[in-house]
Amino acid sequence: MSDQSIAFVRHETLPPSPPPASETGIVKWMRENLFSSVTNSILTLAALYTVYSILSGSMPWILGGIWQAPSLQACREILAGDSAGCFAVLTERWHQLIFGFKYPQEAYWRPTLAFVLLIVAVAPVLFANLPRRMLILTGLYPFIGFWLIWGGTIMAPLMGLVGFIVAYIVFQRLERSSFAMGVLGGLVAAIIVWTLGGYVSDAMSGFLALEQIPSRDMGGFMLNIILGTVCVSLSLPIGILLALGRQSNMPIIKIICVVFIEFIRGVPLITLLFVANVVLAYFLPPGTTFDLILRVIIMITMFSSAYIAEVIRGGLAALPRGQYEAGDSLGLDYAQSMRLIILPQALKISIPGIVNVAVGLFKDTTLVSVISMFDLVGMIRGPILASTEWNGVYWELFGFASLLFFIICYGISQYSQWLERQLATDHR
Amino acid sequence: MKKSVILGALTVAGLAASAAVAGTMDDVKARGKLNCGVTTGLVGFAAPDANGEWQGFDVGVCRAVAAAVLGDPKAVEFVPTTGKTRFTALASGEIDMLARNTTWTFSRDVDLKFEFTGINYYDGQGFMVPKDLGVGSAKDLDGATVCIQTGTTTELNLADFFRSNNISYEPVPIETNAEAQQQYLAGACDVYTTDASGLAATRATFEDPSAHVVLPEIVSKEPLGPLVRHGDNDWGDVVRWSLNALIAAEELGVTSANIAELSAAPTNNPEVNRLLGTEGNLGEMLGLDAEWAKRAIMAGGNYGELFEKNIGENTPIGLARGLNAQWKNGGLIYTPPFR
Repeated sequence: MSDQSIAFVRHETLPPSPPPASETGIVKWMRENLFSSVTNSILTLAALYTVYSILSGSMPWILGGIWQAPSLQACREILAGDSAGCFAVLTERWHQLIFGFKYPQEAYWRPTLAFVLLIVAVAPVLFANLPRRMLILTGLYPFIGFWLIWGGTIMAPLMGLVGFIVAYIVFQRLERSSFAMGVLGGLVAAIIVWTLGGYVSDAMSGFLALEQIPSRDMGGFMLNIILGTVCVSLSLPIGILLALGRQSNMPIIKIICVVFIEFIRGVPLITLLFVANVVLAYFLPPGTTFDLILRVIIMITMFSSAYIAEVIRGGLAALPRGQYEAGDSLGLDYAQSMRLIILPQALKISIPGIVNVAVGLFKDTTLVSVISMFDLVGMIRGPILASTEWNGVYWELFGFASLLFFIICYGISQYSQWLERQLATDHR
Repeated sequence: MKKSVILGALTVAGLAASAAVAGTMDDVKARGKLNCGVTTGLVGFAAPDANGEWQGFDVGVCRAVAAAVLGDPKAVEFVPTTGKTRFTALASGEIDMLARNTTWTFSRDVDLKFEFTGINYYDGQGFMVPKDLGVGSAKDLDGATVCIQTGTTTELNLADFFRSNNISYEPVPIETNAEAQQQYLAGACDVYTTDASGLAATRATFEDPSAHVVLPEIVSKEPLGPLVRHGDNDWGDVVRWSLNALIAAEELGVTSANIAELSAAPTNNPEVNRLLGTEGNLGEMLGLDAEWAKRAIMAGGNYGELFEKNIGENTPIGLARGLNAQWKNGGLIYTPPFR
C-alpha cells in the first residue's frame, strides 16, 4: 500500500452520468412517438386539439349534469339556460331501463340473483383453471335461471332437468352399440320424462313456487341479456351440428344443412323477427299463446347458428387432411374422431369468428324493439320518451344504453383475446 | 307428404281461428282480462309511468271497457303495438280491441275488415316548422324535407296535399315520434308533420317551444277511435257503448265525483237513470249487468275528465278541446241517445 509510484488508480467505476435531457423519460418518448417528423408533429397537434375540443365540449355537459329532478322541465329550470345533461332520467327510471316496466319491483332480486349466478356458472366454462366441480352449477344453471326469472313451481325446471339426466343415462347405455342409437334413445327417453313431468308439475304447481311472471313482462337490459345468453349458448351446439352436417357425406343431411344455412343467411334478421311476431300469429289458432320470447329466441338462434356454422366450417376446412386421416387410422369412429381430434382444433381456430358472431348477436337483440318488445332500446324509444316527464331526453338515455352494451361487448372481446393467447400451442 | 300434412294443419288452424272469433266477449270473460292494443308510447295517449302503470287518453278507453265487462279497470293486458304490427295483432286475435289513435278510414274499415266503434278524438294533420324558416303557410313549403312516420295515414295525406298544390317535397321516413323529434331538432328535416295533437305534444317538450310554429293548415281529417274485428257485433257494441257512456256522462253532467250519489237512487233525469242502470235494462241488452256504464265511468271519469287529465290544457301537452268539445259547446263529440 506504500507504493507511491502509481499515480492514481480508480478502484470503483464512475457513477453513470444522466443521459442528455433530450434522450430520456417523457421527452424522449414524446420526441420519438409524437414529434419524430414535421408531419407527425402537425398530426399530433391536430389530434390534441380534436381531443381537447371534444372533451371541453362534453365534459361540462357530463360533469354538470343534473341527477335529481322529477322531469325534464324541472331539469331545465334547475339548469336555467345552461347546457348540461339531465341524468335524472336515469336515476328516476333506472329500474325500467334494466328490468322493463312491468317486472314486479319486489321481484327485482330474482333476475339480479340470476345474473350473479350466471357469472358464477359461466366462469368455469370460460376459465379452465377454475375447479372442475363448478361445472355442476353450470349444468344446473339453465334450470335455476329459468325458475328465478320466470317463477312458477320449481317442479317444472326440475322435471326438465330430470329429463336431461335420464336422456344422458340412456345415451350412455346405448352409445356402446352406436352413437346414433344413443342419441335417438336419449331423445325418446327425454320426451317421455318431460311428458310425465308436465303432469307432475301441473299437479304440484304450488310446490316451492315463486310468483309467476309472464314473458310479456320482461324488458329492459335484462331482456337483452336473456336473449343474448340463451341464443349464443344454443346456437353454438346447433352451429357445430350444422357445420358437420354440411361436410357430411350423407346427401340428405348435407342438403338440409346447406339449404338451412343458405336460406337463413340470405334473410335479414328483422324479417325473421317480423315473421315470429306477426306471421306466426296468423297460423296459430287464437288462444294458443306461443310465448313471444320463445318465438324470438328460436328465430335469433336459427339466425346466429347459421352464421356460427359457417365460421366453424371455416375452422374445419383449415385443418390439414392428415388430422382426419389420423383419426381414422386410430380406429376411431366418426363421433369419436370429431369429438377427440377434429373439433377441439377446429373450434380453437374458430374462436375469433365465433366471438365476432356472439358480439354481433348480442347487439342485434336490440332489434326486438321493432316488434314492440321493450328491451333496453325499446324502453327508451317507447315508454320513457313517451312519458310527459321525459319526452325530449335523448343523449343521456342512448348514451347510457351504449355504455351498457360497450361494457359487455368489450368484455367479451377482451376475453376472446385472452383465450387465444391461452390456447396458442403453436410457436409462431 | 310431410308438407301436405303441415299445410293441412295450417288450414285447420286458420279455420279454427275464423270460427273462434265469434265470441270475443266470452273469451274476455273467461280469460278475466281484456287484451287491449295500445301504442308503444305516445305522450298523453298511452305510456307507462314510472311504476309501470299505463296512463293516457287511449288507455282510459281500454280501462272503461274492462271495467264495464269485467268489473275491474285494472283487468287489462296492454299489448303495445307499432304502426306496422297493430292491424295484424287485431286480425290474428292477439288483442280484443285496438285503442291506438288509429284513423278511421274507408279502406281500414272495409278492406282490412275492422269495425271502428266510435271516435274518441278528432285530429287533423298539421305541419311544424322552425320559426327561422320564415314560412307562414304550408303552401310555401316547396322543396322542403319533411319528417314523416312511415306506415301511417299521414304519409298518404302528405303526398296528396303536395300533389294537389303542385309543389314538391322530400320525405325523411322515420319510425317513431321520438325519433322524429330528434331528427327535426337536429335539422335533418325542415318540417315535421303528424297529427296536430302530436305536434302540440312534441313542441311542448322542446327547450324553446316559441322557436317553432305550427302552421295554420290542417290538411286532413283524422278521426281517431277504438276498433275491433269485423264479424263480432256483440263485442263491437260493448266497445262502442262503453265509449258512448263516457261521452254521454259528460253531456249529462255525470262525473266521477257525483256518480255515487246519482246512481244510488233514480234521479229526475230519466236518461241518467237509464245510463246508470237505475232504470230500464240497457245493460241486459248488451249482455252485461245494470251497472256496466257506472263502472266504465268510474274507471277514469267521464270523457271530459279523461281529456283534462291526460291531454287537456292543464297538462304539459295543453290541447284545447276544439273539435273535441261536446256538441252543445260547438264541438263534434256526440253520442246517440241512451234509450
